[in-house]
Amino acid sequence: MAYMGSLYSAALRMTRNASDAEDLVQETYLKAYRAFGSFQEGTNLKSWLYKILTNTFINTYRSRRRRPVETELNDVEELYLYHHLGGPGASMGRSAEDLVLEQFSEAEVKGAVESLPEAFRLAVVLADVEGFSYKEIAEILDVPIGTVMSRLHRGRKTLQKALHEYAERRHLSAPADVPS
Amino acid sequence: MEDQQPESPEQDEMYGTEPPVYFEPCQEAIATLYSFLDGELTPDRREQIQHHLDECGPCFEAFDFEAELKALIARKCRDEVPEALRRRVADALRAEDVRS
Repeated sequence: MAYMGSLYSAALRMTRNASDAEDLVQETYLKAYRAFGSFQEGTNLKSWLYKILTNTFINTYRSRRRRPVETELNDVEELYLYHHLGGPGASMGRSAEDLVLEQFSEAEVKGAVESLPEAFRLAVVLADVEGFSYKEIAEILDVPIGTVMSRLHRGRKTLQKALHEYAERRHLSAPADVPS
Repeated sequence: MEDQQPESPEQDEMYGTEPPVYFEPCQEAIATLYSFLDGELTPDRREQIQHHLDECGPCFEAFDFEAELKALIARKCRDEVPEALRRRVADALRAEDVRS
């Protein structure tokens, strides 16, 4: 059962619920097993499994389709987190920037990812967690590459904003006394 | 009150200010930042951007931060598969075998 670890993690981000994630993974393997005849030798097994996972999620587990709220992103500039946690002029050195990012807990990073609207969330998980190429993501989600890029762009902005909210709540910022 | 630290003006400027204005090559680099980090640029384009990053400290730092953030997301979004799930899936596939 190849890739179960990454499929389970992705299923958790999608469903945001352990019991649904387990059902989703089981169903994915069953469907893959039954459809293995249609798997083409030489194509990517991992992205084939992800396509089954994603389709099953979209058809079975997802709640009402939620449209991303456009206006919420208008005030999110490029490099939002970088500028707000330190950024240029703050002379944040390499080590300081690693330190500030390391302060985010696993629960916070997962929480920020899971707070994203579904379409953005899938794109971010496939690109940033699983490292799929834009072309592979386009095939998995069955959308044009341009759509993948725009969902990723918007998803990342939203994610940075969510992480910044965690940082504000905990008063995280670059440690002032770390030399650059 | 002697040991009271004066407030650093730089510290205040970190928050709530306008994003800095970038020069044109920098704007171009920032616009391709994610394609660069995602490994989606052509080799020529990648080399152009890399060349700019070698010369431009602020852009290098911004790229470095985003690369770290991308790595952080990948690292923190891993979950251990419950043993019960492994068993469940193995059982389900075995049952499927028997059926066919």
